[in-house]
Amino acid sequence: MARTRLSSFNIASLVLGLAFLYLPIVILVIYSFNASRLVTVWGGWSLRWYREFFNDAAMIKAAGMSLAVGATSATIATLLGTLAAVALSRGEGFRGRTLFSGMLYAPLVMPEVITGLSLLLLFVALNTERGFWTVTMAHTTLTMCFVSVVVQSRLVSLDRSLEEAAMDLGCDPARAFIAVTLPLILPAVAAGWMLAFTLSLDDLVIASFTTGPGSATLPIRIYSEVRLGVKPEINAICTLVIAVIAVVIIAASIASKLSSVRGESGAPI
Amino acid sequence: MNSRRIFTRPARFAAIPPYVWMALFFLVPFGFVLKISLSHTAITQPPYTPLFDFTAGASAIANALAALSLDNFRLLISDNLYVFSYLRSLVVAGISTSILLLIGYPIAYGMARLPQRWQAVAMMLVIVPFWTSFLIRVYAWINILQHDGLLNRILLALHLVSAPVVWLSTDSAMYLGIVYSYLPFMILPLYATLTKMDPALEEAAADLGASPLRVFWLVTFPLSLPGVGAGVLLCFIPILGEFVIPDLLAGSNSLMIGQTLWLEFFTNRDWPVASAVATVLLILLLAPLLLYDRLQRRQLEA
Repeated sequence: MARTRLSSFNIASLVLGLAFLYLPIVILVIYSFNASRLVTVWGGWSLRWYREFFNDAAMIKAAGMSLAVGATSATIATLLGTLAAVALSRGEGFRGRTLFSGMLYAPLVMPEVITGLSLLLLFVALNTERGFWTVTMAHTTLTMCFVSVVVQSRLVSLDRSLEEAAMDLGCDPARAFIAVTLPLILPAVAAGWMLAFTLSLDDLVIASFTTGPGSATLPIRIYSEVRLGVKPEINAICTLVIAVIAVVIIAASIASKLSSVRGESGAPI
Repeated sequence: MNSRRIFTRPARFAAIPPYVWMALFFLVPFGFVLKISLSHTAITQPPYTPLFDFTAGASAIANALAALSLDNFRLLISDNLYVFSYLRSLVVAGISTSILLLIGYPIAYGMARLPQRWQAVAMMLVIVPFWTSFLIRVYAWINILQHDGLLNRILLALHLVSAPVVWLSTDSAMYLGIVYSYLPFMILPLYATLTKMDPALEEAAADLGASPLRVFWLVTFPLSLPGVGAGVLLCFIPILGEFVIPDLLAGSNSLMIGQTLWLEFFTNRDWPVASAVATVLLILLLAPLLLYDRLQRRQLEA
């Protein structure tokens, strides 16, 4: 596919498509530095909206909650998602496999209002106090499949002769996995963690259903502000969130570059 | 070969923790949704009756079972509000998915034709907005589309309009928001399928005298159908139940089903009706979900 010449139509569609994707974000970031309160007037560069955000205790608390929920749910989701990926890629056929993969991948497409409502009804039936842990468990359920997809595609393309060599040399399967496979798939696992983290950071609907009093996440607060109209402080908050996510993405790509370099210097992985 | 077999048993054990988690947090809750959809709303905590109190004895449970009813479902069928909401959701999801396919296919095709080193960059560029907050991206459009926002200012400056146009709270704004948010979901499966295609097939068709358009329609497009299917389902199913985008960008005279569910739950505090809405939506989605599951399995475990 890559060898054929790029037509001008191809180039045009690529450029227009990428511009369409990035322009609103770029505009948002620029306006977060607008000294004027009005979107229509450019008042020069200023950090006042960032200062307002850092003085807004409710927003800071929500941001902290989002980061904590994100990190916790991403970690649990990565653990469970990696296990699921191992089971699906190495486990061959087993009883209940269809149900397992169906359950695992359904949240990928299921409308969030359904997942959110059903989880809340579960928590109410179990009489669980709603707050940090309910949101975390909900986000783990949502993001596990994303981790599993990322790790599974890496496991499937991995050269299994390395694992087999380890076992021929006397390792039991668990040891072979930890010593040989895990280091090789670690970039995919890390990428899965970061994907789960950003998805949790961003989720509004499920968090709204499963949160409790006093544990609002950042998207919930942003949403309630946005419903009342455009506020310049929101631009600053959004730019900060984008910056955090950008750092995470850069870390993810550096991690994957490091692993591929290591791979290239040795035998083909 | 023997060592490969040794792996399968421990690998199957690895399935147990995620299996238990998903069964508890994904499957079991649907049972609760069904049960609540058969209940009645009440000014209690929790706001529905009957409550199944397992400590109260068998007769109490029997009474509770008898109190379940299909009233909420009858309401859904009889009240036009809900029927229109489902229909609107189907229409919006259908139109959005078609636009997404029309826009996403050329982009994915262009990406697949890039030189190898540029493809990784292009993939990164498409994924990054997806990782950026969904809510923020919708909000970015509100910024641009509002009455005195950037779009109107540009149109006025270019003298294309004489007065600011109302963009927000319209269906056009909603479609724009949906297409914008779901584009990576359409592009990535298409791109994955298009890159795996053998260019020799297209070259052979061209060598046999087919015009570029015929090459596309007779060779490229049919071979990319699995990707098209995956992209279409990956967009259609979640768009059907969308809440955030229509809530922020569309007008309020007609609601999508996700909005109706939210309204019933949060504003009307009517959990049983909200659960009934969710149950019917799930039934509507059953066929596409099974189709998607089959496509997903084939793609990931090929």
